[in-house]
Amino acid sequence: MIMIETDKRKCLRCSACVGVCPHTALTLKEHGIECDKEKCVSCGLCKDFCPMGAISVVKE
Amino acid sequence: MIDKEYDVIIVGAGPSGSGAAVAIAKTGAKVLVLEKRQEIGTPKRCGEGLGLSTMKRMGIEKDDSWVRRKIIGFTAYAPDGKFVRHDYKNGPEGYIIERKVFDKHLAEKAVETGARVISRAEVTRLLKENGKVCGVEVEINNKKEEIKGKIVIAADGIESKIAREAGINTTLKLSDVIAGAQFEMANIDIDSDRIEMYFGNEMAPGGYVWIFPKGEHTANVGVGVRKPYAKNSAIEYLKDFIEKRPGLRKGSILEVNCGGVPVGGLMKDMVTDNFMVVGDAAHHVNPIHGGGIGEAWVGGVVAGEVAAEAIKANNTSKKFLKKYNKLWWEKRGKKMKKLIKFREVMESFSDEEFNWMVDYLKGEDLVEFTRSSGFIKLVKILSKKPSLMKHIRKLM
Ligand SMILES: Cc1cc2nc3c(=O)[nH]c(=O)nc-3n(C[C@H](O)[C@H](O)[C@H](O)COP(=O)(O)OP(=O)(O)OC[C@H]3O[C@@H](n4cnc5c(N)ncnc54)[C@H](O)[C@@H]3O)c2cc1C
Repeated sequence: MIMIETDKRKCLRCSACVGVCPHTALTLKEHGIECDKEKCVSCGLCKDFCPMGAISVVKE
Repeated sequence: MIDKEYDVIIVGAGPSGSGAAVAIAKTGAKVLVLEKRQEIGTPKRCGEGLGLSTMKRMGIEKDDSWVRRKIIGFTAYAPDGKFVRHDYKNGPEGYIIERKVFDKHLAEKAVETGARVISRAEVTRLLKENGKVCGVEVEINNKKEEIKGKIVIAADGIESKIAREAGINTTLKLSDVIAGAQFEMANIDIDSDRIEMYFGNEMAPGGYVWIFPKGEHTANVGVGVRKPYAKNSAIEYLKDFIEKRPGLRKGSILEVNCGGVPVGGLMKDMVTDNFMVVGDAAHHVNPIHGGGIGEAWVGGVVAGEVAAEAIKANNTSKKFLKKYNKLWWEKRGKKMKKLIKFREVMESFSDEEFNWMVDYLKGEDLVEFTRSSGFIKLVKILSKKPSLMKHIRKLM
Protein backbone atom coordinates (compact mmCIF):
# COMPACT_ATOMS: atom_id res chain seq x y z
CA MET A 1 0.00 0.00 0.00
CA ILE A 2 1.14 3.54 -0.72
CA MET A 3 1.17 5.83 2.31
CA ILE A 4 2.05 9.28 3.52
CA GLU A 5 4.95 9.51 5.92
CA THR A 6 6.10 12.54 7.90
CA ASP A 7 9.70 13.09 8.88
CA LYS A 8 9.33 14.16 12.49
CA ARG A 9 12.71 15.86 12.52
CA LYS A 10 11.63 18.16 9.70
CA CYS A 11 7.96 18.72 10.56
CA LEU A 12 7.30 21.92 12.56
CA ARG A 13 3.66 20.94 13.13
CA CYS A 14 2.34 24.04 11.34
CA SER A 15 -0.53 21.79 10.21
CA ALA A 16 -1.16 23.60 6.93
CA CYS A 17 -1.14 20.18 5.21
CA VAL A 18 -4.29 19.37 7.17
CA GLY A 19 -6.07 22.22 5.37
CA VAL A 20 -4.71 21.20 1.99
CA CYS A 21 -5.72 17.52 2.20
CA PRO A 22 -8.89 17.10 0.11
CA HIS A 23 -9.83 13.93 1.99
CA THR A 24 -9.49 15.15 5.59
CA ALA A 25 -7.09 12.26 6.07
CA LEU A 26 -4.54 14.22 8.10
CA THR A 27 -4.70 15.22 11.76
CA LEU A 28 -2.16 17.05 13.85
CA LYS A 29 -1.29 15.06 16.95
CA GLU A 30 1.06 15.72 19.81
CA HIS A 31 3.77 13.64 18.12
CA GLY A 32 3.24 15.00 14.60
CA ILE A 33 0.94 14.53 11.63
CA GLU A 34 -1.15 11.39 11.60
CA CYS A 35 -2.59 9.95 8.40
CA ASP A 36 -5.86 8.03 8.30
CA LYS A 37 -5.20 5.09 6.01
CA GLU A 38 -8.90 4.66 5.35
CA LYS A 39 -9.22 8.16 3.92
CA CYS A 40 -5.81 8.76 2.30
CA VAL A 41 -5.67 8.19 -1.46
CA SER A 42 -1.92 8.94 -1.70
CA CYS A 43 -2.54 11.92 -4.00
CA GLY A 44 0.62 13.55 -2.64
CA LEU A 45 -0.79 17.09 -2.45
CA CYS A 46 0.41 17.39 1.15
CA LYS A 47 3.90 16.35 0.07
CA ASP A 48 3.91 18.92 -2.74
CA PHE A 49 2.77 21.61 -0.36
CA CYS A 50 4.77 21.02 2.83
CA PRO A 51 6.98 24.12 3.41
CA MET A 52 9.60 22.00 5.18
CA GLY A 53 9.71 19.11 2.73
CA ALA A 54 8.83 16.82 5.62
CA ILE A 55 6.28 14.61 3.88
CA SER A 56 6.97 11.74 1.55
CA VAL A 57 4.82 9.19 -0.24
CA VAL A 58 6.09 5.71 0.58
CA LYS A 59 5.18 2.15 -0.25
CA GLU A 60 4.33 0.12 2.80
CA MET B 1 -14.18 24.10 35.47
CA ILE B 2 -16.07 24.84 32.25
CA ASP B 3 -19.85 25.12 32.17
CA LYS B 4 -21.80 22.65 30.10
CA GLU B 5 -23.62 25.25 28.02
CA TYR B 6 -22.74 28.46 26.22
CA ASP B 7 -24.44 30.78 23.79
CA VAL B 8 -21.45 30.69 21.46
CA ILE B 9 -18.40 28.41 21.35
CA ILE B 10 -15.44 29.68 19.35
CA VAL B 11 -12.81 27.19 18.18
CA GLY B 12 -9.37 28.83 18.04
CA ALA B 13 -7.88 31.84 19.87
CA GLY B 14 -6.11 33.52 16.94
CA PRO B 15 -7.09 37.05 15.88
CA SER B 16 -10.30 35.84 14.21
CA GLY B 17 -11.48 33.97 17.29
CA SER B 18 -10.66 36.84 19.63
CA GLY B 19 -12.32 39.36 17.29
CA ALA B 20 -15.51 37.31 17.25
CA ALA B 21 -15.34 36.80 21.02
CA VAL B 22 -15.09 40.54 21.71
CA ALA B 23 -18.04 41.33 19.46
CA ILE B 24 -20.23 38.71 21.11
CA ALA B 25 -19.19 39.20 24.73
CA LYS B 26 -19.92 42.92 24.38
CA THR B 27 -23.62 42.13 24.11
CA GLY B 28 -23.60 40.12 27.32
CA ALA B 29 -23.93 36.76 25.59
CA LYS B 30 -22.06 33.82 27.11
CA VAL B 31 -18.95 33.01 25.06
CA LEU B 32 -16.32 30.28 25.34
CA VAL B 33 -13.09 30.27 23.30
CA LEU B 34 -11.26 26.94 23.07
CA GLU B 35 -7.62 26.90 21.95
CA LYS B 36 -5.69 23.70 21.42
CA ARG B 37 -2.24 25.20 21.87
CA GLN B 38 -0.48 25.29 25.18
CA GLU B 39 0.21 28.98 24.69
CA ILE B 40 -1.83 31.36 22.52
CA GLY B 41 0.15 32.61 19.52
CA THR B 42 3.05 30.17 19.96
CA PRO B 43 4.77 29.09 17.82
CA LYS B 44 4.08 31.95 15.44
CA ARG B 45 3.16 31.33 11.84
CA CYS B 46 3.72 34.89 10.74
CA GLY B 47 6.11 37.54 9.35
CA GLU B 48 4.67 39.85 12.01
CA GLY B 49 4.00 42.83 9.75
CA LEU B 50 1.06 45.02 10.78
CA GLY B 51 0.08 48.22 8.98
CA LEU B 52 -1.35 51.27 10.73
CA SER B 53 -4.38 51.29 8.44
CA THR B 54 -5.04 47.69 9.44
CA MET B 55 -4.77 48.58 13.12
CA LYS B 56 -7.25 51.37 12.57
CA ARG B 57 -9.65 48.99 10.87
CA MET B 58 -9.26 46.63 13.81
CA GLY B 59 -9.77 49.43 16.32
CA ILE B 60 -6.56 48.44 18.12
CA GLU B 61 -4.25 50.95 19.77
CA LYS B 62 -0.49 50.47 19.62
CA ASP B 63 0.91 48.88 22.73
CA ASP B 64 4.60 48.87 23.59
CA SER B 65 4.34 45.32 24.86
CA TRP B 66 4.02 43.97 21.31
CA VAL B 67 5.60 46.59 19.02
CA ARG B 68 9.12 45.59 18.01
CA ARG B 69 9.99 48.04 15.24
CA LYS B 70 8.54 51.09 13.51
CA ILE B 71 8.52 50.84 9.73
CA ILE B 72 9.14 54.04 7.77
CA GLY B 73 9.07 52.59 4.26
CA PHE B 74 9.80 49.64 2.02
CA THR B 75 12.09 48.47 -0.75
CA ALA B 76 10.86 46.10 -3.46
CA TYR B 77 13.50 44.31 -5.51
CA ALA B 78 13.07 43.02 -9.08
CA PRO B 79 14.86 39.79 -10.06
CA ASP B 80 17.81 41.72 -11.56
CA GLY B 81 18.40 43.67 -8.34
CA LYS B 82 16.83 46.93 -9.42
CA PHE B 83 14.53 48.27 -6.76
CA VAL B 84 11.76 50.68 -5.86
CA ARG B 85 12.12 52.36 -2.47
CA HIS B 86 9.35 54.24 -0.81
CA ASP B 87 9.29 56.18 2.43
CA TYR B 88 5.90 57.00 3.85
CA LYS B 89 5.19 60.72 3.80
CA ASN B 90 3.48 61.05 7.14
CA GLY B 91 5.83 59.05 9.32
CA PRO B 92 5.76 55.34 10.11
CA GLU B 93 2.87 53.42 8.62
CA GLY B 94 3.32 50.10 10.24
CA TYR B 95 5.07 47.95 12.77
CA ILE B 96 6.79 44.65 13.04
CA ILE B 97 5.19 43.13 16.08
CA GLU B 98 5.80 40.30 18.52
CA ARG B 99 2.98 38.02 17.47
CA LYS B 100 3.13 35.82 20.56
CA VAL B 101 2.48 38.81 22.77
CA PHE B 102 0.01 40.36 20.35
CA ASP B 103 -2.26 37.32 20.03
CA LYS B 104 -2.37 36.98 23.79
CA HIS B 105 -3.16 40.69 24.06
CA LEU B 106 -6.15 40.18 21.73
CA ALA B 107 -7.31 37.17 23.73
CA GLU B 108 -7.04 39.27 26.90
CA LYS B 109 -9.28 41.85 25.26
CA ALA B 110 -11.83 39.12 24.70
CA VAL B 111 -11.56 38.10 28.35
CA GLU B 112 -11.87 41.70 29.56
CA THR B 113 -15.03 42.01 27.50
CA GLY B 114 -16.51 38.98 29.23
CA ALA B 115 -15.48 35.92 27.21
CA ARG B 116 -14.00 32.79 28.75
CA VAL B 117 -10.78 31.54 27.09
CA ILE B 118 -9.33 28.08 27.73
CA SER B 119 -6.00 26.97 26.24
CA ARG B 120 -4.75 23.45 25.70
CA ALA B 121 -8.30 22.52 24.92
CA GLU B 122 -8.59 20.80 21.58
CA VAL B 123 -11.93 20.48 19.88
CA THR B 124 -11.99 16.91 18.60
CA ARG B 125 -15.38 16.89 16.89
CA LEU B 126 -18.68 18.67 16.53
CA LEU B 127 -21.78 17.56 18.39
CA LYS B 128 -24.89 17.32 16.25
CA GLU B 129 -28.58 16.96 16.92
CA ASN B 130 -30.92 16.08 14.06
CA GLY B 131 -28.02 16.73 11.71
CA LYS B 132 -27.46 20.24 13.07
CA VAL B 133 -24.46 21.46 15.05
CA CYS B 134 -25.25 21.83 18.76
CA GLY B 135 -21.84 21.97 20.44
CA VAL B 136 -18.37 20.47 20.53
CA GLU B 137 -16.42 17.64 22.04
CA VAL B 138 -13.24 18.99 23.58
CA GLU B 139 -10.20 17.27 25.01
CA ILE B 140 -8.76 18.90 28.12
CA ASN B 141 -6.05 17.21 30.16
CA ASN B 142 -6.55 13.99 28.25
CA LYS B 143 -10.24 14.00 29.18
CA LYS B 144 -13.06 14.40 26.69
CA GLU B 145 -15.98 16.65 27.55
CA GLU B 146 -19.10 17.64 25.69
CA ILE B 147 -20.12 21.28 25.70
CA LYS B 148 -23.32 22.63 24.20
CA GLY B 149 -23.44 25.84 22.20
CA LYS B 150 -26.26 27.54 20.33
CA ILE B 151 -23.67 28.65 17.76
CA VAL B 152 -20.21 27.25 17.04
CA ILE B 153 -17.71 29.49 15.23
CA ALA B 154 -14.77 27.87 13.44
CA ALA B 155 -11.81 30.23 13.93
CA ASP B 156 -9.38 27.35 13.73
CA GLY B 157 -7.02 28.68 11.09
CA ILE B 158 -5.73 27.10 7.93
CA GLU B 159 -5.97 23.57 9.30
CA SER B 160 -9.71 23.97 9.92
CA LYS B 161 -11.30 20.58 9.95
CA ILE B 162 -14.43 21.29 11.88
CA ALA B 163 -15.90 23.49 9.14
CA ARG B 164 -15.71 20.51 6.84
CA GLU B 165 -17.34 18.42 9.54
CA ALA B 166 -20.18 20.93 9.55
CA GLY B 167 -20.55 20.51 5.80
CA ILE B 168 -18.71 23.62 4.58
CA ASN B 169 -15.93 22.66 2.21
CA THR B 170 -12.90 24.74 3.18
CA THR B 171 -10.31 22.56 1.39
CA LEU B 172 -7.69 24.75 -0.29
CA LYS B 173 -6.51 24.19 -3.82
CA LEU B 174 -2.71 24.09 -3.93
CA SER B 175 -2.70 27.06 -6.29
CA ASP B 176 -4.63 29.06 -3.67
CA VAL B 177 -2.20 28.59 -0.81
CA ILE B 178 1.27 29.95 -0.21
CA ALA B 179 3.79 27.69 1.50
CA GLY B 180 5.89 29.86 3.78
CA ALA B 181 9.16 29.20 5.60
CA GLN B 182 10.91 31.71 7.81
CA PHE B 183 13.89 32.19 10.10
CA GLU B 184 13.92 34.81 12.79
CA MET B 185 17.55 35.85 12.47
CA ALA B 186 19.97 37.90 14.56
CA ASN B 187 23.34 39.48 13.79
CA ILE B 188 22.44 40.15 10.16
CA ASP B 189 23.04 43.21 7.97
CA ILE B 190 19.67 44.72 7.11
CA ASP B 191 17.82 47.96 6.55
CA SER B 192 16.31 48.05 10.02
CA ASP B 193 13.77 50.81 9.26
CA ARG B 194 12.17 49.47 6.11
CA ILE B 195 10.68 46.17 5.10
CA GLU B 196 12.25 44.53 2.06
CA MET B 197 10.58 42.32 -0.53
CA TYR B 198 12.26 40.38 -3.30
CA PHE B 199 10.41 39.15 -6.37
CA GLY B 200 11.43 36.63 -9.01
CA ASN B 201 10.42 33.31 -10.46
CA GLU B 202 13.72 31.70 -9.53
CA MET B 203 13.92 33.13 -6.04
CA ALA B 204 10.31 32.80 -4.92
CA PRO B 205 8.02 31.31 -7.59
CA GLY B 206 4.41 32.39 -7.03
CA GLY B 207 5.32 34.46 -3.98
CA TYR B 208 8.10 36.63 -2.60
CA VAL B 209 10.93 36.86 -0.10
CA TRP B 210 10.48 39.20 2.86
CA ILE B 211 12.83 40.75 5.38
CA PHE B 212 10.83 42.28 8.22
CA PRO B 213 13.15 43.97 10.76
CA LYS B 214 12.52 43.44 14.46
CA GLY B 215 15.65 45.26 15.63
CA GLU B 216 18.88 46.86 14.35
CA HIS B 217 20.28 43.51 13.31
CA THR B 218 17.34 41.18 13.85
CA ALA B 219 14.62 40.29 11.36
CA ASN B 220 12.12 37.74 10.13
CA VAL B 221 13.60 36.48 6.89
CA GLY B 222 11.05 34.41 5.04
CA VAL B 223 9.88 33.16 1.71
CA GLY B 224 6.48 32.26 0.33
CA VAL B 225 6.19 30.02 -2.74
CA ARG B 226 3.30 28.42 -4.53
CA LYS B 227 2.48 25.47 -6.72
CA PRO B 228 2.46 24.93 -9.64
CA TYR B 229 5.32 27.42 -9.95
CA ALA B 230 7.54 26.14 -7.14
CA LYS B 231 9.67 23.09 -7.84
CA ASN B 232 11.04 22.73 -4.32
CA SER B 233 9.80 23.11 -0.78
CA ALA B 234 9.74 26.64 0.67
CA ILE B 235 12.57 25.97 3.11
CA GLU B 236 14.94 25.16 0.21
CA TYR B 237 14.21 28.52 -1.41
CA LEU B 238 14.82 30.24 1.91
CA LYS B 239 18.16 28.54 2.49
CA ASP B 240 19.17 29.37 -1.04
CA PHE B 241 18.34 33.06 -0.63
CA ILE B 242 20.31 33.32 2.59
CA GLU B 243 23.26 31.32 1.32
CA LYS B 244 23.79 33.83 -1.50
CA ARG B 245 23.92 36.85 0.82
CA PRO B 246 26.93 37.21 3.11
CA GLY B 247 25.07 39.74 5.28
CA LEU B 248 22.52 37.07 6.12
CA ARG B 249 24.65 33.97 5.82
CA LYS B 250 26.71 34.91 8.87
CA GLY B 251 23.58 35.36 11.01
CA SER B 252 22.13 33.32 13.84
CA ILE B 253 18.76 31.61 13.70
CA LEU B 254 16.59 32.34 16.73
CA GLU B 255 13.47 30.62 15.52
CA VAL B 256 12.27 28.52 12.59
CA ASN B 257 8.69 29.01 11.42
CA CYS B 258 6.56 27.73 8.62
CA GLY B 259 2.95 27.65 7.56
CA GLY B 260 0.37 28.05 4.83
CA VAL B 261 -1.28 31.29 3.73
CA PRO B 262 -4.56 31.14 1.84
CA VAL B 263 -4.48 33.67 -1.02
CA GLY B 264 -7.62 32.60 -2.85
CA GLY B 265 -10.59 30.31 -2.49
CA LEU B 266 -13.09 32.83 -1.15
CA MET B 267 -16.41 31.27 -0.21
CA LYS B 268 -19.84 32.66 -0.98
CA ASP B 269 -21.34 30.70 1.87
CA MET B 270 -19.60 30.67 5.26
CA VAL B 271 -22.48 29.55 7.45
CA THR B 272 -24.82 26.71 8.09
CA ASP B 273 -27.39 26.14 10.83
CA ASN B 274 -25.81 27.15 14.18
CA PHE B 275 -22.37 27.40 12.59
CA MET B 276 -20.01 30.01 11.07
CA VAL B 277 -16.43 30.10 9.67
CA VAL B 278 -14.01 33.03 10.07
CA GLY B 279 -10.38 34.07 9.46
CA ASP B 280 -7.85 31.81 7.74
CA ALA B 281 -10.34 28.98 7.96
CA ALA B 282 -12.57 31.03 5.63
CA HIS B 283 -9.50 32.10 3.57
CA HIS B 284 -9.76 35.75 4.61
CA VAL B 285 -6.25 36.93 3.76
CA ASN B 286 -5.04 39.77 1.58
CA PRO B 287 -4.16 37.85 -1.60
CA ILE B 288 -1.41 40.27 -2.64
CA HIS B 289 0.82 40.44 0.42
CA GLY B 290 -0.59 37.57 2.45
CA GLY B 291 -1.42 39.70 5.49
CA GLY B 292 -4.20 38.06 7.45
CA ILE B 293 -4.11 39.43 11.00
CA GLY B 294 -6.41 42.36 10.25
CA GLU B 295 -8.71 40.41 7.94
CA ALA B 296 -9.06 37.69 10.57
CA TRP B 297 -10.01 40.15 13.31
CA VAL B 298 -12.38 42.21 11.16
CA GLY B 299 -14.11 39.14 9.71
CA GLY B 300 -14.35 37.74 13.23
CA VAL B 301 -16.04 40.90 14.45
CA VAL B 302 -18.53 40.90 11.56
CA ALA B 303 -19.42 37.26 12.25
CA GLY B 304 -19.53 37.89 15.99
CA GLU B 305 -21.97 40.75 15.63
CA VAL B 306 -24.32 38.63 13.55
CA ALA B 307 -23.97 35.74 16.03
CA ALA B 308 -24.87 38.06 18.90
CA GLU B 309 -27.95 39.28 17.04
CA ALA B 310 -28.95 35.69 16.35
CA ILE B 311 -28.67 34.80 20.03
CA LYS B 312 -30.78 37.78 20.97
CA ALA B 313 -33.40 36.92 18.34
CA ASN B 314 -33.30 33.30 19.47
CA ASN B 315 -32.84 32.33 15.83
CA THR B 316 -29.52 30.72 14.92
CA SER B 317 -30.71 29.20 11.64
CA LYS B 318 -28.63 29.30 8.50
CA LYS B 319 -31.12 31.77 7.08
CA PHE B 320 -30.42 34.22 9.89
CA LEU B 321 -26.65 33.70 9.99
CA LYS B 322 -26.43 34.34 6.26
CA LYS B 323 -26.39 38.01 7.13
CA TYR B 324 -22.69 37.46 7.89
CA ASN B 325 -22.09 36.32 4.29
CA LYS B 326 -23.75 39.46 3.01
CA LEU B 327 -22.00 41.89 5.38
CA TRP B 328 -18.55 40.35 4.93
CA TRP B 329 -18.79 40.32 1.17
CA GLU B 330 -19.85 43.96 1.16
CA LYS B 331 -17.18 45.04 3.61
CA ARG B 332 -14.17 42.93 2.54
CA GLY B 333 -15.08 40.26 0.00
CA LYS B 334 -15.65 42.40 -3.09
CA LYS B 335 -12.32 44.09 -2.64
CA MET B 336 -10.53 40.81 -2.06
CA LYS B 337 -12.03 39.22 -5.12
CA LYS B 338 -10.57 42.07 -7.18
CA LEU B 339 -7.21 41.61 -5.54
CA ILE B 340 -7.18 37.91 -6.40
CA LYS B 341 -7.52 38.81 -10.07
CA PHE B 342 -4.72 41.26 -9.62
CA ARG B 343 -2.58 38.57 -8.02
CA GLU B 344 -3.25 36.21 -10.91
CA VAL B 345 -1.92 38.80 -13.32
CA MET B 346 1.15 39.59 -11.23
CA GLU B 347 2.09 35.94 -10.89
CA SER B 348 2.12 35.46 -14.64
CA PHE B 349 4.88 38.06 -15.10
CA SER B 350 8.18 36.75 -16.36
CA ASP B 351 11.35 37.90 -14.60
CA GLU B 352 12.05 40.12 -17.58
CA GLU B 353 8.67 41.78 -17.23
CA PHE B 354 9.26 42.33 -13.53
CA ASN B 355 12.59 43.98 -14.30
CA TRP B 356 11.00 46.18 -16.91
CA MET B 357 8.14 47.22 -14.65
CA VAL B 358 10.42 48.52 -11.94
CA ASP B 359 11.51 51.36 -14.19
CA TYR B 360 7.94 52.55 -14.45
CA LEU B 361 6.88 52.03 -10.89
CA LYS B 362 6.82 54.54 -8.10
CA GLY B 363 6.63 53.50 -4.48
CA GLU B 364 3.10 54.84 -4.15
CA ASP B 365 2.00 52.58 -6.98
CA LEU B 366 3.06 49.54 -5.02
CA VAL B 367 1.13 50.74 -2.01
CA GLU B 368 -1.92 51.05 -4.25
CA PHE B 369 -1.36 47.55 -5.59
CA THR B 370 -2.24 46.08 -2.21
CA ARG B 371 -5.54 47.97 -2.39
CA SER B 372 -8.10 47.55 -5.11
CA SER B 373 -7.38 51.08 -6.36
CA GLY B 374 -4.17 49.75 -7.90
CA PHE B 375 -6.07 48.34 -10.87
CA ILE B 376 -6.11 51.49 -12.94
CA LYS B 377 -2.48 52.19 -12.19
CA LEU B 378 -1.38 48.73 -13.28
CA VAL B 379 -3.35 48.97 -16.51
CA LYS B 380 -1.62 52.28 -17.25
CA ILE B 381 1.80 50.81 -16.73
CA LEU B 382 1.08 47.62 -18.67
CA SER B 383 -0.24 49.57 -21.63
CA LYS B 384 3.20 51.10 -22.12
CA LYS B 385 4.56 47.85 -23.50
CA PRO B 386 2.70 45.96 -26.25
CA SER B 387 3.88 42.56 -25.04
CA LEU B 388 2.23 43.23 -21.70
CA MET B 389 -1.17 44.09 -23.16
CA LYS B 390 -2.21 40.45 -22.77
CA HIS B 391 -2.16 40.92 -19.01
CA ILE B 392 -4.61 43.81 -19.22
CA ARG B 393 -7.21 41.56 -20.80
CA LYS B 394 -6.98 39.28 -17.77
CA LEU B 395 -7.63 42.21 -15.46
CA MET B 396 -10.87 43.17 -17.18
C1 LIG C 1 4.70 32.30 7.01
C2 LIG C 1 3.55 33.25 7.28
C3 LIG C 1 3.77 34.61 7.34
C4 LIG C 1 2.71 35.49 7.60
N1 LIG C 1 2.98 36.83 7.72
C5 LIG C 1 1.97 37.68 8.04
C6 LIG C 1 2.24 39.08 8.27
O1 LIG C 1 3.40 39.52 8.23
N2 LIG C 1 1.20 39.89 8.55
C7 LIG C 1 -0.10 39.44 8.64
O2 LIG C 1 -1.02 40.23 8.88
N3 LIG C 1 -0.38 38.12 8.44
C8 LIG C 1 0.61 37.23 8.15
N4 LIG C 1 0.33 35.90 7.98
C9 LIG C 1 -1.08 35.45 8.06
C10 LIG C 1 -1.62 35.44 9.49
O3 LIG C 1 -0.71 34.79 10.34
C11 LIG C 1 -2.97 34.69 9.53
O4 LIG C 1 -3.78 35.16 8.48
C12 LIG C 1 -3.71 34.89 10.85
O5 LIG C 1 -3.02 34.33 11.92
C13 LIG C 1 -5.10 34.29 10.79
O6 LIG C 1 -5.75 34.35 12.02
P1 LIG C 1 -6.82 33.25 12.44
O7 LIG C 1 -7.32 33.65 13.77
O8 LIG C 1 -7.80 33.05 11.36
O9 LIG C 1 -6.01 31.89 12.51
P2 LIG C 1 -4.71 31.44 13.47
O10 LIG C 1 -4.00 32.65 13.86
O11 LIG C 1 -4.09 30.41 12.71
O12 LIG C 1 -5.50 30.87 14.72
C14 LIG C 1 -6.19 29.65 14.68
C15 LIG C 1 -6.10 29.02 16.04
O13 LIG C 1 -6.99 27.92 16.12
C16 LIG C 1 -6.38 26.90 16.88
N5 LIG C 1 -7.03 25.62 16.55
C17 LIG C 1 -7.00 24.94 15.38
N6 LIG C 1 -7.71 23.80 15.46
C18 LIG C 1 -8.23 23.76 16.71
C19 LIG C 1 -9.05 22.83 17.41
N7 LIG C 1 -9.48 21.72 16.82
N8 LIG C 1 -9.36 23.08 18.70
C20 LIG C 1 -8.92 24.22 19.32
N9 LIG C 1 -8.15 25.13 18.71
C21 LIG C 1 -7.79 24.92 17.42
C22 LIG C 1 -4.93 26.96 16.46
O14 LIG C 1 -4.10 26.35 17.41
C23 LIG C 1 -4.71 28.48 16.34
O15 LIG C 1 -4.23 29.04 17.53
C24 LIG C 1 1.38 34.99 7.75
C25 LIG C 1 1.16 33.61 7.68
C26 LIG C 1 2.23 32.73 7.46
C27 LIG C 1 1.96 31.27 7.44
